[in-house]
Amino acid sequence: MYRLGIDVGGTNTDAALLDDQLSVIHTVKVQTTKDVESGIFNAIKKVVEESKIDRRSIKYAMLGTTHCTNAIVERKRLNKVGVIRIGKPATTSIPLFTDWPEDLREKIEAASTIISGGYEFDGRLISELKKEEVLDFCRESKGNVESVAISGVFAPVNKEQEQIVAEWVKDELGDIPISLSHEIGSIGLLERENATILNAALMTTGQLIVNGFAKALRELDIEAELFFSQNDGTLMNDVYALRYPILTMGCGPTNSIRGSARLSGVQDAMVLDAGGTTTDIGVLSNGFPRQSSLSVNIGGVNTNFRMPDILSIGLGGGTCIRESNQLITVGPDSVGYEITQKAILFGGDELTASDVVTRLGQAFEGHEEQVAHLPIDFCQQVYEKMTEMLEDAIDQMKTSSKEVSLILSGGGSVIVADSLKGVSNVIRPDHYDAANAIGAALGQVSGEIERIYSLTKLSREDAIRDAKKLATEEAMKAGADESTVSIVSVEDIPLAYLPGNALFIRIKAVGDLVS
Amino acid sequence: MRYIDEQAIEKIALGAAVLGTGGGGDPYIGKLMAKEAIRKYGHVTLISLDELRDDHLVAPVSGMGAPTVTIEKIPSEHEVTAPLETLEKVTGRKVDAVMPIEVGGINSLFPIIAAAKKGLPILDADAMGRAFPEAQMVTFHLDGFEPSPVTMADDKGNAVVLYPKDGVWSERLARVLTIEMGGSSSVCDYNLLGMDVKTSVIPDTLSLAERIGEYLLDNQVKEQLRINKMLEELKGHRLFEGKIVDIERRLSGGFTRGTATFEGIRDSYGRTFTLYFQNEHLVAKEAEQLLCTTPDLIAVLDIETGFPITTERMKYGARVVVVAFPCHDKWRTPKGIETAGPRYFGYDFDYQPVGELLKER
Repeated sequence: MYRLGIDVGGTNTDAALLDDQLSVIHTVKVQTTKDVESGIFNAIKKVVEESKIDRRSIKYAMLGTTHCTNAIVERKRLNKVGVIRIGKPATTSIPLFTDWPEDLREKIEAASTIISGGYEFDGRLISELKKEEVLDFCRESKGNVESVAISGVFAPVNKEQEQIVAEWVKDELGDIPISLSHEIGSIGLLERENATILNAALMTTGQLIVNGFAKALRELDIEAELFFSQNDGTLMNDVYALRYPILTMGCGPTNSIRGSARLSGVQDAMVLDAGGTTTDIGVLSNGFPRQSSLSVNIGGVNTNFRMPDILSIGLGGGTCIRESNQLITVGPDSVGYEITQKAILFGGDELTASDVVTRLGQAFEGHEEQVAHLPIDFCQQVYEKMTEMLEDAIDQMKTSSKEVSLILSGGGSVIVADSLKGVSNVIRPDHYDAANAIGAALGQVSGEIERIYSLTKLSREDAIRDAKKLATEEAMKAGADESTVSIVSVEDIPLAYLPGNALFIRIKAVGDLVS
Repeated sequence: MRYIDEQAIEKIALGAAVLGTGGGGDPYIGKLMAKEAIRKYGHVTLISLDELRDDHLVAPVSGMGAPTVTIEKIPSEHEVTAPLETLEKVTGRKVDAVMPIEVGGINSLFPIIAAAKKGLPILDADAMGRAFPEAQMVTFHLDGFEPSPVTMADDKGNAVVLYPKDGVWSERLARVLTIEMGGSSSVCDYNLLGMDVKTSVIPDTLSLAERIGEYLLDNQVKEQLRINKMLEELKGHRLFEGKIVDIERRLSGGFTRGTATFEGIRDSYGRTFTLYFQNEHLVAKEAEQLLCTTPDLIAVLDIETGFPITTERMKYGARVVVVAFPCHDKWRTPKGIETAGPRYFGYDFDYQPVGELLKER
């Protein structure tokens, strides 16, 4: 039994094959294509052919992709959305689509309304739903909307009204895709609503992702179960991906960090992913990426997506090195993917970070001759400067002065020294340049719940225990093997400025796929 | 007299988050509400204290409740002005101007929304000069003014009039009603005539918030220097730079109390610091040494952007600059210290001005 992981990046599409012990069998790298789809096809074809495995023994196939990010940033293939907010008379001081870029709003908004309903923080009703309001909206927007987004006040606490409104919409508009906010985000109405609208606008893109992947596998005679990477390092199945394509956004860095964890066998470390132009530094904590505390802006829209906490610096394999008046500058510009023509070691005339490490005998064996004319003292100085930049960045990501392990990944990581200040040991695992595809293949599934508990009748411990049980059930619903489910994060925030002891709890459970 | 437009709102919101000292609610929602109100009703007139007539009735408008509720249950358009309308009904006279009760956080923007909708001027002043967690922590209370009549409203159309005997009772009663109203409400209290307002408020604080926002948004200046420039202009102090290595929150009396521990970075490397907060930051220490205490202002800023971080958004691993500003002299009087000094919040030490504490260091 094998599992196949694919990661679509800006430059390369990587594929990795893992066996049922999650050991890496083979990895490949092909160029990302404009249509994305044929790049995926090429990568799968190559990894299967080169590894010579029996392709019918691939049980799971996982895809991490940038389709959705591209669609939103490029404003392409977006669906026309009808948006319903449940919350009147509350929330009327800020209309729907507030603070959106005008061009994106034009592409997406077909119709929008705020209807009666919504819940209080403690589950009481703000007001009753009025069916007429929903039916009126549907009748007016019929024919103009391709999908519908519904967001209700405190829907993460109680999802019932969102579900009722969805039923009414279906009765009136027929079989139309509907995105519900409680399945997409957490407390914070505007950000959750924005993410729900973007999700509804990505329905066609979601079909492209899922159908394209299924087609590629079918053509290659692979009968695997399909999964898609989410930004939190877990997977969702095809049915879910079709409904919630937005959850695939930003999975690249997460997969890279998760893959590095697997390759190195380390659970807590710093992960350095060096490409041609930039180096990303993330933190592996308990096997998962440390999340950023900032909400994420996607294509100009504020959402409540949490992404891995990544520090990017302008230093990679193709970074240009210059000297004037005895002053050395490193970057921030880079020859990027043109490194194989422009760098001196490849016969070009641009001095890059890769040339420097080649001159120092640390990489690109066989190219020494091309760089032999570079003064060694100068290269030493540049190298020290590069190393200092990396050390500074690593220190910034640390939470204490304690030394950390550093796992390297990415093709550009040849520029990283073996000994760095503040780093106890540098790990260069095998297959380090395909860590992201391996991360995609690692397949865990998760369940997350968030809810506000009143602590007047319940102790904090009981509330958290209840929440943990619900999160575990959610993980099993997603396909997790019960015996492997563990709670990976517990967050409880007392609601400020209010007596009555209301406690907001968010819990996430993660487990392995049933094998 | 000048006007507040959408651009000014951006700056005021950011400055108010700094003056919010970690509390007062994330001004993002307030900012969107205020911009929407100005788009809809036109810009707002900002008047200074000397433009205020002695016989004018000034109504402070504010929101009460949990910020976590406000970011989910966004206020209705109606509820921001409803307590004003109720006040006019019970007093039988028109309100002439509105003002913020506190310049910190979302409440700096609440009266701007009311002013836009009602076509009223807003006074460039407030009654805290920062944010504080409780309703009696206002200069009006220090100066012996009564909050009564207090009017309140919610999103659902409820309106309430209270005649509390003093500021402490006003806080107690209004807070209970706020929970019943769904965790957030809008309030008018300490409605006073111009001549009284002039003797008691802290002047020019909306302009101050705007100026802070302007420093922090200045694209011509590098991020790190923006903070320096702001500190220079406002006579503030850089307490330390650090990473949050531990954060602990607990419930107590309806407020979030907590402690954040920092390991120093950059210039503060190798030292440890602690911040104590109850919604707002109250006390900063290096090891056992006091650096700054309430009612002086403590703000936590993102080390990269210089933007303020609220206590709710403080997370493990965040890299920050912690700064302090001296509070207004009114808070340094015996009654000011009794109302909002460290002992009121349960700390067993006396208030010392931040400037003196740092001199000892």
